[in-house]
Amino acid sequence: MRVLAAMSGGVDSAVAAARAVQAGHDVTGVHLALARNPQTYRTGARGCCTLEDSRDARRAADVLGIPFYVWDMADRFHADVVDDFVAEYAAGRTPNPCLRCNEKIKFAAVLDRAVALGFDAVVTGHHARLGPDGLLRRSVDAAKDQSYVLAVLTREQLDRSIFPLGDSTKAQVRQEAAERGLAVADKPDSHDICFIADGDTRGFLAQRLGETPGDVVDASTGAVVGQHAGAYAYTVGQRRGLHLDRPAPDGRPRYVLSITPKTNTVTVGPAEALEVATVRATRPVWTGGPRPDGPFECEVQLRAHGVVVPATVTVAGDTLHADLRHPVRGVAAGQAIVAYHPDPAGDIVLASATITD
Amino acid sequence: MAYLDHAATTPMLDEALESYVATAREVGNASSLHASGRRARRRVEESRERVAAALGARPSEVIFTGGGTESDNLAVKGIFWARRAADTGRRRVISSAVEHHAVLDAVGWLDRHEGAEVGWLPVDGAGRLHPDALRTELAEHGDQAALVTAMWANNEVGTVQRISELAAVAAEYGVPFHTDAIQAVGQVPVDFAASGVAALTVTGHKLGGPVGVGALLLGRDVPAVPLLHGGGQERDVRSGTLDAAGIVAFAVAVETTVKGQQEYAAGLAALRDDLVRRVRQAVPEVVFNGDPTDRLPGNAHFSFPGCEGDALLLLLDAQGIACSTGSACSAGVAQPSHVLLAMGADDDRARSSLRFSLGHTSTTADVDALIAALPGAVERARRAAAPRTPR
Ligand SMILES: Cc1ncc(COP(=O)(O)O)c(C=O)c1O
Repeated sequence: MRVLAAMSGGVDSAVAAARAVQAGHDVTGVHLALARNPQTYRTGARGCCTLEDSRDARRAADVLGIPFYVWDMADRFHADVVDDFVAEYAAGRTPNPCLRCNEKIKFAAVLDRAVALGFDAVVTGHHARLGPDGLLRRSVDAAKDQSYVLAVLTREQLDRSIFPLGDSTKAQVRQEAAERGLAVADKPDSHDICFIADGDTRGFLAQRLGETPGDVVDASTGAVVGQHAGAYAYTVGQRRGLHLDRPAPDGRPRYVLSITPKTNTVTVGPAEALEVATVRATRPVWTGGPRPDGPFECEVQLRAHGVVVPATVTVAGDTLHADLRHPVRGVAAGQAIVAYHPDPAGDIVLASATITD
Repeated sequence: MAYLDHAATTPMLDEALESYVATAREVGNASSLHASGRRARRRVEESRERVAAALGARPSEVIFTGGGTESDNLAVKGIFWARRAADTGRRRVISSAVEHHAVLDAVGWLDRHEGAEVGWLPVDGAGRLHPDALRTELAEHGDQAALVTAMWANNEVGTVQRISELAAVAAEYGVPFHTDAIQAVGQVPVDFAASGVAALTVTGHKLGGPVGVGALLLGRDVPAVPLLHGGGQERDVRSGTLDAAGIVAFAVAVETTVKGQQEYAAGLAALRDDLVRRVRQAVPEVVFNGDPTDRLPGNAHFSFPGCEGDALLLLLDAQGIACSTGSACSAGVAQPSHVLLAMGADDDRARSSLRFSLGHTSTTADVDALIAALPGAVERARRAAAPRTPR
């Protein structure tokens, strides 16, 4: 096959490209330039977006002996990921930009262009399994598993994707990189959000959304217990940085329970008030088989690297309703709920949808 | 493999390569006083004479450098600094909008860091500079002008300027004129003295010499402040141990290409015209860029409406055809060519262009390979550029 390897400059995508070459594919490497001004995005540890990353990717491609190009996706990335990120926070939700980037950039804009140019598939270094049965499964490396941020991909997108790393642990990938003479073998893992250079999400949002002071309200008493500079700076489940004027009457720590953009209020309460036993979500994508008619049993995950809970899921129209076997804390609107079918060969992704409440 | 990117770099001539290897085997620093040093110096000085003779300069006017970028920087910054030192009112640099980045960015740097003012000369739709525009500029700013810099031939679209006419205008106002003649030497006649320019850039690797060696021809009476200070080699304008092997090979390449220029250019232009004709036949809607007659014989430059140059390059590369979008890269991201934008092209047309450049190893088979691959590539690239239905 003629395949396009998306190469971030990190160790995973370099090894993924190497494996595609070894599998006999005709591989072309592409680095996505996502920053409008490449210097402004995170340098060093982060596995995308910087000039250094672009050079690392090119060096890896040269070692593999494959053609390498840089594709400028900065405008698309800005519109579909960065602006979306800001708008979601402004609406009181908590977006996952990596998921959005997969949905709109890597497996959409890039894949479309690749197909139009005659490529059969896109290869990435994501840690997830996608075998001949077409099912998306968790990686063997549970700590590195990225099926959660890939579950949003449709059947058509998955049919043109190759994830060569799903059967390997990160340690194995690093070792293989070293054996193959890829200089990125020791490069630190990427963390945080690539387009927020200093890791200061609040500052990033404040710059774009401005200061919009409002009340922090205690859920149990309805009393105003503090002020905030912008409700967008808060995430459900957050405890730090609430700057409350006084301790709660019960003397126990307060957590963000909800954000209401309409009234610009942040509601706080005790830890147990965070507990949620049912979750509603919208726009489900079914990749693990046909959309089921009745309720079904599965396991759900409600945030990246979050806990997994057994649940009964019911579908009605464009909404999905999950009854959790036991309550969980810190479920935020805007995040994805991903339903898995437990399987010894890797839990199988059944569906993904966006949490509404 | 069809190599259609000679304007980026062209293979070394056999005679240049052989002279390089032979000289590189010899030990000797041209500044040393002993026999080995004398031998190295002799090689360098003979080369200086050969370069001077080939380009219509005096040997003392040849300053060897580490290539075109250095020569351009030395000319632009060095002459600017020297002229400003002599007269603090002279801080205006007059340049064209279509220069190579080696000039463009040096001028931009002077603007940002050295208090220079810049007068940008416009070009017409074919990329031509007009002496009248220079005259108007100098009539207004002549007494503030530090230097004029304008390239002899454009590396992207191949347009050849009427340099002696432009230099004559600068001379009327007593302003030194520098020209980047990197693409011109060996392809069109270049005579330093006859052209009337004060400084001229030439580099080895565009004419069959090695990469990293070039020269600035600098008139004896043209002051320039050095970029590199040190041992005082090269008239004290450019310090650094002389690269005898590189200089020898460079001189051989300059001499050989200049000697054969007329015949070579005729053959090259014939092949280029064939390429242009066949590209037009294969893709009737192409737009041919640059001056149709006053152009480099090895240059063909097109816009392919509805395509991205990037995509075409990738597709042709996959078929073993090497060409260039001619655009500058920042972080490897293609920017629309400043040359085409200056010629009045819109963003889309600028982004849709490709340069095919021929050289001394080019054959009809290269053109055949291009024509075989091009229509399919254009069709694909067009599909890739078409707006898709949103998901
Ligand atoms: C017109 C022009 N000026 C300057 C340069 C830079 O020369 P060099 O590569 O020798 O530094 C080039 C080629 O890259 C060129 O085509």
